[in-house]
Amino acid sequence: MWGTTLVLALKEIRRHLMRSFLTTLGIIIGVAAVITMVTLGKAATVDIEEQISALGSNVLIVFPVQNEQGIWRPFDDQDIVAVREQIAGVEAVAGSVSSDVTAIYNGQDWDTRVEGVSNEFMVARSVDIAEGRQFTAAEEAAGDNVCIIGQTILEELFVPGTSPLGEQIRLNKVSCRVVGVADSRGIGGGNQDDDNSVLMPIKNVQRRFVGNDNINNFAISYDTNVDSNAMIDAVVDLLRERRLLLEGQNNNFDVIDTAAINETVASTVGTLTAIVAAIAAISLVVGGVGIMNIMLVSVTERTREIGIRMAIGARASEVQRQFLTEAVVLCCFGGLVGILLAFGLSVAVSAAFTLPFIFDPFINFLSFAISALIGVVFGFFPARRASQLDPIEALRHE
Amino acid sequence: MSGEPIIELEGITKTFGRGAAAFKALRGVNLTINRGDFVAVMGASGSGKSTTMNIVGCLDTPTSGVYKFLGNEVQSLSKDQRSLLRRKYLGFVFQGFNLLARTSALENTELPLIYHGMDKAARREAALKSLDKVGLVPWAEHTPGELSGGQQQRVAIARALVTDPTVLLADEPTGNLDSERSIEIMELLADLNRSGITIVMVTHEPDMAEYAKTIVHFKDGLVERTEYGSKSGNGHMHAGQEGVA
Ligand SMILES: Nc1ncnc2c1ncn2[C@@H]1O[C@H](COP(=O)(O)OP(=O)(O)O)[C@@H](O)[C@H]1O
Ligand SMILES: [Mg+2]
Repeated sequence: MWGTTLVLALKEIRRHLMRSFLTTLGIIIGVAAVITMVTLGKAATVDIEEQISALGSNVLIVFPVQNEQGIWRPFDDQDIVAVREQIAGVEAVAGSVSSDVTAIYNGQDWDTRVEGVSNEFMVARSVDIAEGRQFTAAEEAAGDNVCIIGQTILEELFVPGTSPLGEQIRLNKVSCRVVGVADSRGIGGGNQDDDNSVLMPIKNVQRRFVGNDNINNFAISYDTNVDSNAMIDAVVDLLRERRLLLEGQNNNFDVIDTAAINETVASTVGTLTAIVAAIAAISLVVGGVGIMNIMLVSVTERTREIGIRMAIGARASEVQRQFLTEAVVLCCFGGLVGILLAFGLSVAVSAAFTLPFIFDPFINFLSFAISALIGVVFGFFPARRASQLDPIEALRHE
Repeated sequence: MSGEPIIELEGITKTFGRGAAAFKALRGVNLTINRGDFVAVMGASGSGKSTTMNIVGCLDTPTSGVYKFLGNEVQSLSKDQRSLLRRKYLGFVFQGFNLLARTSALENTELPLIYHGMDKAARREAALKSLDKVGLVPWAEHTPGELSGGQQQRVAIARALVTDPTVLLADEPTGNLDSERSIEIMELLADLNRSGITIVMVTHEPDMAEYAKTIVHFKDGLVERTEYGSKSGNGHMHAGQEGVA
């Protein structure tokens, strides 16, 4: 009986193909919107998490801030040594200095930043080498004119396909040889493009670009078993002591935890996704109302058919089941088409925004189940109305 | 020739509406129809013929009186039980054919069997057998729109027959047909009656009533008189009532 009811419903839908399609459009759009939003939200979260983890998890970044008198006090080598040696659980400490420069190659110039770093910085900040090599110990010690360029520099100054390795580029008046290309570092602590930078041995940058031994900021990577709050407290205590701050005086430096940023951003994206998906879900409900509307029209249109079915012995429950099945089948079709549409949309949008495409079986299944449920809920009233028609009246209906 | 009573109406009344607008369509109908009978119900328009047929067909319930179908009182049955009674024992033929549009003759004929829970192959076989009885097998795949009125009514008869009903109820089955098609339909009904099926038919045409074995005349919601012929077919009886629709 159920099989027959299903076949009947399919026939009825095929009989009015165009109308059936238009009827389910609301469901199609609703399902497609919900799935696409959730899929893209997930993709964005994963993408952001990947970019942030490129900073290195379990990394603290320490930088000076102005005190109440507006004095800005940088760090020095001794601070780095102290952190490395006096705090338990510290794995690497890497200081850096930076200076804005103009990079010139082949007659083209490009505004960028030179960062004085060490190989330890590469470890602490998880900077990978895409091409070429890191600095040698000798280059670090001597402060040689060698550099590792970021992806943005590669794109802006070099002809695609040519290797920059071994080329001489000029940074302001200093000429240096490219020994490596860094992998994309993703978004940084601020809103700057970390790929728009030239890395050089820190000694060289201090000597030739900034003219002192200061350290702008430094990164501390630490053992994953150490609690990040305990680590932050230890660093703050040590630095307050080294910077001779009295009790009651504010810190003239700041310590940020990349893991905390990570969590905040991920949860923000999660909340946004939920809000957008909820808005999209409203269109599902609107789609359900559309189904109800057309089912009511259909019941009126087919009043005589209902009368015939009742005359030949269909029970009210059987008439109700027929119309309910039609509504549910319509909605399930809408759900399926919506899922296909969402798949296409998600793939296309992910590609356009270079996000990863992650198929989420749960949201697809859930959306399908909800569309079937909408069929039941919004099909119920029209089906009930059909089943309660008076057969004599129905047979007389024009 | 006549067997045991199948349909017994005793003092059936039907009032439509309430209060001042109340209208007594039936005012105490007594009628017994036996197995194997072919009854023609005649009478002026508005005399209560269709109302009686609807009650006999369990599509409507009387306001008062007793209706026994095969000895069972129908008014005690629930709505669903009346549906099952129609499904099992009754076949309907209407003036307006009432076929499903854009649905083939075969599928129209199969329709009642869906509610008998038959599988597709069995439905098809039974429907073709039924279409064969009305001579429409070559038209099985045609939709009502592609068939003449007479052919459509024959499909309707095939649909009514497909469940092997005990009683065939036909309310003005030839009302929408010209006289030639009407005669074809009447001969078909007379044939079916000869093969054992009980037929109750409403008509206002004396020529059509002549095919019946019994003619019941209605007037103002009451049975005015009943004529008994010798047999169906050529027995010429004279309907004394004006057959105005
Ligand atoms: N549903 C109804 N509501 C009100 N009056 C009705 C209804 N059905 C029939 N009637 C009235 O009952 C009377 C008998 O109707 P009917 O049995 O259809 O007559 P006919 O003999 O022409 O078939 C008519 O006067 C008709 O107007
Ligand atoms: Mg009538």
